[in-house]
Amino acid sequence: MTSETTSEMDGWEVVIGLEVHAELATATKLFSGARNEFGGEPNTHVDPVSLGLPGSLPVLNEKAVELAIRVGLALNCSVQASEFARKNYFYPDMPKDFQISQFDQPINGEGWLELPDGRRIGIERAHLEEDTGKSTHVGGGGRIHEASYSLVDYNRAGVPLIEIVGKPDLRSGEDARAYVSELRAILVAIGASDGKMEEGSMRVDCNVSVRPVGEDELGTRCEVKNINSLRSLGRAVTYESRRQVDLIASGQKVEQQTRHWNEEDGRTHTLRSKEEAFDYRYFPEPDLVPVAPSAEWIDEIRAAMPLLPGERRNRLAEEAGVQPAAAALSVERGLDDLALAAMDLDADPARVLVHVENNLADGQGALTADAFAALVAMETGGDLTATQAKTVLADLVDSGGDPASLAASHGFEAMGTSELEGLVDGLIAEHPDDWEAFVGGDEGERKKKSGFFVGQIMKATRGQADGRVVNEILERRAGNA
Amino acid sequence: MEPDADTSTPGRITRDDVAYVARLARLNLTDSELDGFTGQLADVLDHAADIEALDLDGVASTSHPLPLSNVLRADVPGVGPADEADHRLFCDEVLAAAPAVEESRFRVPPVLGEAP
Repeated sequence: MTSETTSEMDGWEVVIGLEVHAELATATKLFSGARNEFGGEPNTHVDPVSLGLPGSLPVLNEKAVELAIRVGLALNCSVQASEFARKNYFYPDMPKDFQISQFDQPINGEGWLELPDGRRIGIERAHLEEDTGKSTHVGGGGRIHEASYSLVDYNRAGVPLIEIVGKPDLRSGEDARAYVSELRAILVAIGASDGKMEEGSMRVDCNVSVRPVGEDELGTRCEVKNINSLRSLGRAVTYESRRQVDLIASGQKVEQQTRHWNEEDGRTHTLRSKEEAFDYRYFPEPDLVPVAPSAEWIDEIRAAMPLLPGERRNRLAEEAGVQPAAAALSVERGLDDLALAAMDLDADPARVLVHVENNLADGQGALTADAFAALVAMETGGDLTATQAKTVLADLVDSGGDPASLAASHGFEAMGTSELEGLVDGLIAEHPDDWEAFVGGDEGERKKKSGFFVGQIMKATRGQADGRVVNEILERRAGNA
Repeated sequence: MEPDADTSTPGRITRDDVAYVARLARLNLTDSELDGFTGQLADVLDHAADIEALDLDGVASTSHPLPLSNVLRADVPGVGPADEADHRLFCDEVLAAAPAVEESRFRVPPVLGEAP
């Protein structure tokens, strides 16, 4: 991936606004009792409503409304009275020839999402709508314009979606990735969606424009579709912003377009231009009455909300005495409860976080908070080196057990200080020049030489010495402690 | 209402409007049809002008004719034939009624243009 900060992009600001569609984790569809399940034999999760059969009428799913309200509360939106509207278009993925969505009165109004670094990204709205069926284009290499015909499966038609429309507050591909990643973590945490981009249960459309740095007015934007992973999102933003800057730099204009991201060639391609833009002829859905959640219902839903990822980062950061960003990985891995429990048992917070970030990438396995705390205590007490602790930790994750006996079984006997002192004294006698340099040198030289001595001791003890203790002995011998 | 007031004129639908709406609905109209429908549609829409002429200050806009809100159903699977075999039959019947089916999917003519 090329960086957006290379010279061609100098002087230009990239402006990004994202529309994220997430399938809500209900048992049934938005307007009928057909199953909401990924996959399945084609056209089996269907009923008269999802097939748009004449005479069928939609009835709104209460759980979908509840999940939508949870999303609104998690994104600090105003939850409000709302209505449904018909969005009309010609495409076989909706058998009714319209999609039921929310238009001028969405269930969630303005709000914001806080990134792990503390920046707040505006949310325009988050509304309910139904998903479409899945089309497969046959012939022409699966490309829509060259296909000889298409096959449609309506299992997905009518699955409840929440569409979260973000404000154009993002400024780079990295920003966009951070936003989607945080949004996904929130949706998963509140049980609203499984957030699987690869299964299409979370989809991202990306509006990109560029403008000279310092300019307040927005440039002409293009909407990029077909982004299927966080990685694609970053790549698509990088490619599209560069394409726009190149156009302007060569004296041309950016045309307002919908563009299609192609993962294989790493480019965006024109899908349709503004002149072909659809007029969806929205009008109020006559078959559905308004949804006006009562204050009591909203309060009830709020009271049942779990801690959000941001709140969990803050909680862990406060306990560990670090910045929230430093607690991000622990929360992302779902190990913050373990870390907090170990800290409650007096484990050193810094060592706990180091282990969670460096040595627990695959989760805690059989590791308990008690064993974790005991291990960290052995380490900070000088009974185990960092390297030995890591080995014992891996055992604890694999099969649990007692850290002390695991350490013993590896032969990680704590090396007595007097034994180490003897080794250090012998080393000083063997390397008088290095010792002189250590005692009399500037800071850089001291560092270099302490590294040398610690390295020699490690070699002599086959890694069983504690580097911190060796350094203390060196300092004492040099008369500094 | 003033006898001479022609409330319909300012917003009266034009031939271009009709051609645009016809295109959105994928209707291929001849010139004479466009002329004919422009007049007919204008007459229909004039009825809305009658309502616009009324004094409606203080009357809240109506979003739905029924005075209802929050009509919801529980998130429980099953509609119509609850029995699995009946449901299977329903799915088979639906596919059998389609003009063309392939691999249990509806076969449709090539799609010219991406979904919105």
